[in-house]
Amino acid sequence: MSRLSSQFLASILVNAIYEMKNYPAVLVITVLSPLSFLTLIFFISDGALLEVGIVGGLIMTMFTAGTSLQADLSHLKNDFKLQDMVVASPTSAPVYVGGMALSELIYASPALIILAILFSIHVDIEPVKVLGIVIVMLLMFLMSISLGFALATFSTDIVQSFAFTRLLSLLFTTLAPVYYPLEYIPLPWRYLAYLSPTTYAAQIGHYLIGFVEVSRNLLIVNWAVLIAVTIFFLWIGLKKARWREK
Amino acid sequence: MGRNGTIARDSEINCDRIAKVYDGDKAALSDINFTIPAHGIFSLIGRNGAGKTTLARILSTLLEPSSGRATIDGLDVMADANKLRERMAVVPQEGRTVAWMTPVQAVSAYLLWRGLSYSESKRKAIEAIAQVGMEKQADRLNRTLSGGMKRKVLVAMVLASDAEFVFLDEPSTGLDPISRQDLWKLLIELGKERFVFLTTHYLEEAESVADRIGILDDGKLLTLGNMDELRGHLKHQYSVKVPKGVDLPPVQGEIITLNNGLVQVLTTKDEALEISHHLIERKAQFSVNPVTLDDIFTYMVGAMDPELRESKEVEEE
Repeated sequence: MSRLSSQFLASILVNAIYEMKNYPAVLVITVLSPLSFLTLIFFISDGALLEVGIVGGLIMTMFTAGTSLQADLSHLKNDFKLQDMVVASPTSAPVYVGGMALSELIYASPALIILAILFSIHVDIEPVKVLGIVIVMLLMFLMSISLGFALATFSTDIVQSFAFTRLLSLLFTTLAPVYYPLEYIPLPWRYLAYLSPTTYAAQIGHYLIGFVEVSRNLLIVNWAVLIAVTIFFLWIGLKKARWREK
Repeated sequence: MGRNGTIARDSEINCDRIAKVYDGDKAALSDINFTIPAHGIFSLIGRNGAGKTTLARILSTLLEPSSGRATIDGLDVMADANKLRERMAVVPQEGRTVAWMTPVQAVSAYLLWRGLSYSESKRKAIEAIAQVGMEKQADRLNRTLSGGMKRKVLVAMVLASDAEFVFLDEPSTGLDPISRQDLWKLLIELGKERFVFLTTHYLEEAESVADRIGILDDGKLLTLGNMDELRGHLKHQYSVKVPKGVDLPPVQGEIITLNNGLVQVLTTKDEALEISHHLIERKAQFSVNPVTLDDIFTYMVGAMDPELRESKEVEEE
């Protein structure tokens, strides 16, 4: 077992496996959150938005997994002072955060598996489009973990951190047109939705499953915005986050 | 120094004009200069807010100094932080064990972060938990443990590591006297093989376990040395304490009125005996001891009643 894999394993054990094993209630909430929205959308739309809801659920789960990193890092840093012990150890910041990010994915894996099964049953698209959705999901995750890490390093209070995580989730996955098409928002309110990076991700996803028609130019814009925002948040995470305090 | 867990005898910790200013104007440390051998136990004592944690965090690569340079075994805490982190372990102030893990899981995970394999970390974790006397609690959730046991788990983490430089920031805060003494035994064992940097505001803890002690007050290092060297700061080596109002004979030593309702006479051994005879004849309550770290600290930091000190100076005149 290499040193790197040991260090990744430590984060996964601490932030996912042991917590899921000992606090199963948290696991149930993680699974129920995206499925509850999906159920709601399914009933309200009389089944018409099922595919959109499944893609929305996948995007929401990936984004929330990243923003949860903010609360979890803050919890381990401020409440348990565990991050100090890790900083003064051979583990580097990228390895610690990488391990913690993986742990969030493992934490979200039950929800992802259920959504993936529903996707395979209800969404019939070409493999290349499935790949497109996977890339969108990974970009969402990369963007939100970068944001989460940067915010966590400045956080000194766990209550604020949890509140902020919920706020991000509310703004970017519940209010934003992730579970429903952008066109459902009347003008001029629709413009507000463009402030959320999840809008671009969802629009690509909705296009890939064939639910909405998007022009080639708009599709390019959506991808460009999504990649640019991800790079921006990655830059913020790398440059602004603090490992050793100043 | 070696990666085999032993530190070269000539290894040193050096601070050269270390200063730390928070938020632009709040000076936490000013002009800290010292060199100490990097073996045994060094304890930094001081009142709350004296700067102990700030200095411990700078030396343990957790915090950047505002100015100055610090080295451990010749490695700069800023430039060579990654090399140092291979060789150090930290238990931070108010560090807590993760609630949803067991002691063995907590120690084992820490060792994984230090790069050990899963099987090795598990084996060492079980050994370390046994070493701190917690075999029976090894697989209980941390949240069910007492405060003393939780602190022991944190100490077990650094114990299980091969770190040569161990930083413990107020590890005994909140522990009952028995747990504290158990912890001291562990620290003394730890100090035989490694360098332990211990901050505490329990003076008897520093006196009991430390080879060298530094007194920090208001961000300044007042003094540093072993107990004999610290005693050298006082003109007199014996302390007689009596309640305020007790009739004392004329003394050559120094009279200090303490905040706790006692009057202290710092004096010579012979005069301490004379005062003791005088007090025994009057059936007065008193205590007589060689000066302790408590006396030295009180003297150095000047935590005494200023009003009564003034009256003492008037008496002397």
